Amino acid sequence: MSYVANTASEQKAMLETIGAASVEALFSPIPESLRLRRDLAIPGPFAEQDLTRVMGRIASNNRSVDDLVCFLGGGAYDHFIPAAVDTLSMRSEFYTAYTPYQAEASQGSLQAFYEFQTLICQLTGMDVANASLYDGASAAAEAVLMAMSVTGRQGKIVVAETLHPHARQAISTVLANLGPRIETVPCPGGFLNPTEANLALDDTTACLVVQNPNVLGGLEEMAELAQKAHAKGVLLVASVDPISLGILKKPGDYGADIVIAEGQGLGNPLAYGGPYLGLMACREEFVRKIPGRLIGQTVDRNGKKCFVLTLQTREQHIRREKATSNICTNQGLYALRAAIHLALLGPQGLKETAISCTQKAHYLANKLLASGLVQLEPDRAFFKEFTVKLEASVACKWTPREIVDRMLKEGYLAGYPTGNWLVGKGDCLTIAVTEKRTKGEMDQFVEAFARVANH
Amino acid sequence: MDKNQSTGLLFEISRPGRRAHRVGAPDVPEIPLETLFPGEVLAETPPALPELAELDVVRHFTNLSSKNMAIDCNFYPLGSCTMKYNPKRHERIVALPGFGAIHPLAPDSVSQGILELVYGMQKILAEIAGLPAVSIQPAAGAQGELTALLVAAAYFRHKKDYRTRVLIPDSAHGTNPASAALAGFEAVTVKSRADGLVDFEDLKSKVDNRTAVFMITNPNTLGLFDGQIAEITKLIHDAGGLVYLDGANMNAILGITRPGDFGADMMHYNVHKTFTGPHGAGGPGSGPIAVRDFLEPFLPSPVVVKTNNGYALDFDRSLSIGRVHGFQGNIGVLVRGYAYILTLGPKGLREVSEQAVLNANYLLALLKDAIEVPKGDRCMHEFVASARLLRREKRISAMDICKGLLDHGYHPPTVYFPLVVPEALMMEPTETESKETLEEYAKVFKAILAESAETLHHAPHTLGISRPDEVAAAKTPVLRWKN
Repeated sequence: MSYVANTASEQKAMLETIGAASVEALFSPIPESLRLRRDLAIPGPFAEQDLTRVMGRIASNNRSVDDLVCFLGGGAYDHFIPAAVDTLSMRSEFYTAYTPYQAEASQGSLQAFYEFQTLICQLTGMDVANASLYDGASAAAEAVLMAMSVTGRQGKIVVAETLHPHARQAISTVLANLGPRIETVPCPGGFLNPTEANLALDDTTACLVVQNPNVLGGLEEMAELAQKAHAKGVLLVASVDPISLGILKKPGDYGADIVIAEGQGLGNPLAYGGPYLGLMACREEFVRKIPGRLIGQTVDRNGKKCFVLTLQTREQHIRREKATSNICTNQGLYALRAAIHLALLGPQGLKETAISCTQKAHYLANKLLASGLVQLEPDRAFFKEFTVKLEASVACKWTPREIVDRMLKEGYLAGYPTGNWLVGKGDCLTIAVTEKRTKGEMDQFVEAFARVANH
Repeated sequence: MDKNQSTGLLFEISRPGRRAHRVGAPDVPEIPLETLFPGEVLAETPPALPELAELDVVRHFTNLSSKNMAIDCNFYPLGSCTMKYNPKRHERIVALPGFGAIHPLAPDSVSQGILELVYGMQKILAEIAGLPAVSIQPAAGAQGELTALLVAAAYFRHKKDYRTRVLIPDSAHGTNPASAALAGFEAVTVKSRADGLVDFEDLKSKVDNRTAVFMITNPNTLGLFDGQIAEITKLIHDAGGLVYLDGANMNAILGITRPGDFGADMMHYNVHKTFTGPHGAGGPGSGPIAVRDFLEPFLPSPVVVKTNNGYALDFDRSLSIGRVHGFQGNIGVLVRGYAYILTLGPKGLREVSEQAVLNANYLLALLKDAIEVPKGDRCMHEFVASARLLRREKRISAMDICKGLLDHGYHPPTVYFPLVVPEALMMEPTETESKETLEEYAKVFKAILAESAETLHHAPHTLGISRPDEVAAAKTPVLRWKN
């Protein structure tokens, strides 16, 4: 079964037209010594009903957030996805189309991505957004490359220790063979102290990369960091949670130069880490340095408004080794989903989602604090995610990893052991609460947590 | 597609106060936000997103979808993109909560199914490549290229064998030189011969102890298998370099020949092409890499391993280049690819390549008397025609032909690529198209060549728009709606 239409007799007729004796003869340019003369050692074939059973069995060996109550975040969040996002994005006119190189045959996707760019600009308060990057971590690496190109500074990159470690790793992996040094500013207080940040910045620094809310869930002092960065000609790269922008100030309002985000929370499923959605937006003057595809509005030969891929001279297929980035394929379908999601939410829906996350997260945090088993670490303003430190009475018995494992048996994804990511946080657990959680789930979570911790 | 439907922008159809999705008040006691946050961080109003009812949104995007060509509606012979049928069964499978609703940071103990699948996919991709070690982390082909080149750089650094250059044929995709530059190498171009294959003498003159990697696409972007590949790989290996295979054209050689067997040390796959993850109007892709055993320690972290207790993510990799993706890669695309490979099995996978090559040769045979095909009358899975003579003699360019095809309901071929063929029209029919589809397309294609230049210069005539002004779009970019 290979979805091939042509029958044996049709294939024979085709070979006659070609003038080839056999299909095998068409492969004659491949030297015999290089041919594989056995079957590949791979499984299959499976009829559709058998495939469906096999894949169903594999899926059932995973426990989803439908089975386990999810308080796990760390960059991937269990937000609600309205049915219309699935229905519309699964229109096969969208999902079986290619990159919209032929504008006349792609106005649907082109307009959808133009709308996406507009929505991301409105959301972040920035002037320009691209049509998506792979994910939040790779967007961080792209932002750093872009900042180097914009500023012409190749000396160093400064990142906060409270930037998601996966983003920090992506930056250091991509920069491994390029000029700049990466300086990570320690954040023992659980946030980037602007004075400490300022000490790291100099006139060879291309950018300062900060995440808000940060990897522990706490808010950073973005306005002051922007001020410090700009005073030294350094760009502020702000990595944000798009849902938080329902209540928090837009990055454009506190002076961010480049905004990046993991867009998974905007209508995209958890899906074990991908496909996700890299968002990137920037100020107008950097438009010719932004990586990735851009959709522009123009007119056709009859003066009719329409949309095209534009500023392609930045891109690899034109610029080759001089391109601003090597990105080609992006996350089109997931950008479409995000556009639909934001259109369904509107300003009030986004605000309600953000408020619901905030209120529920604070309810759970307060309830856990009241149990006397944990304390907030750090005790700072947070949005939907927070980090707790186990009290000594608990920590002497259990590590956060053990608590997580034991909470699994109670039916919970209890959070992420923070110590995997940050030094000095070995007794900590980072917990996320989305709008999907209910009071009942949280009350029972705290009871289960107490049972496990006191056992 | 309904070409004439007018579809205003979301922001233009927005009406103050309209709502679609409602979250409702939280079921917990509310604390005033002003007491939770310092005042200066709170926004006075939420972002000015459009305000719409649910039907507004549904109708808007449904109508937009009708302004696209897509595989499910149209023959789409876009060369190098492998626009094959995207099986519906994959979409149902990938939407199972056990795939769609699983958290990437969940403990391995509750992720055994997906880890088993990824482990299985690593093994399958290794077998098809003839290269034993696989990382599924890269999210697309270009990221796969970059990842592999970073692996190569780490390998040479580890050996204290400092090499600075990556050699790339002039027929290569633009991502190759862009990836080489990003990985810190100097990209050096190698010429092609008149017949489209690598100019071995030119390559030889450029290979030396500075050569880190030679990147080759084989079959190449002209749809030709370079039979010199064994000599080429020997030349590179003798000079201490590595050979990278751009796997964009794997659809031609599945189970026929293996990159590892013809001397490649590293390669990337485009799972979204070869193993039919839908293209999604530009993504997501999935670009796993396969490498030789001596490069395995440098692969991104984590990889999936099999242990006594089942499957696990292995982060304990001291020589790893690190991470190129936030989590484990574009898993959803890999689930589809895995389902596809399981459906086909070994014989079915080889049949894919056999039929893709048969279809391409059939289309070539139907068209070769009507339009110049400069690099021979046989091909692998795709071929490149040239409108060079038509342009000179009849003022019909490759783009004019494309625009003419649009009027007949066909998505055009890839144009103006590869750069080594003037007025290039690159056609890849894939294995899933029927004989009569190819015949009908060829008939239309020939009829278009007989049309007058004047008619074609203004094509398409039947779609909603025609010939957007791309120069104006780039000169004064309008990249967003503004109030």
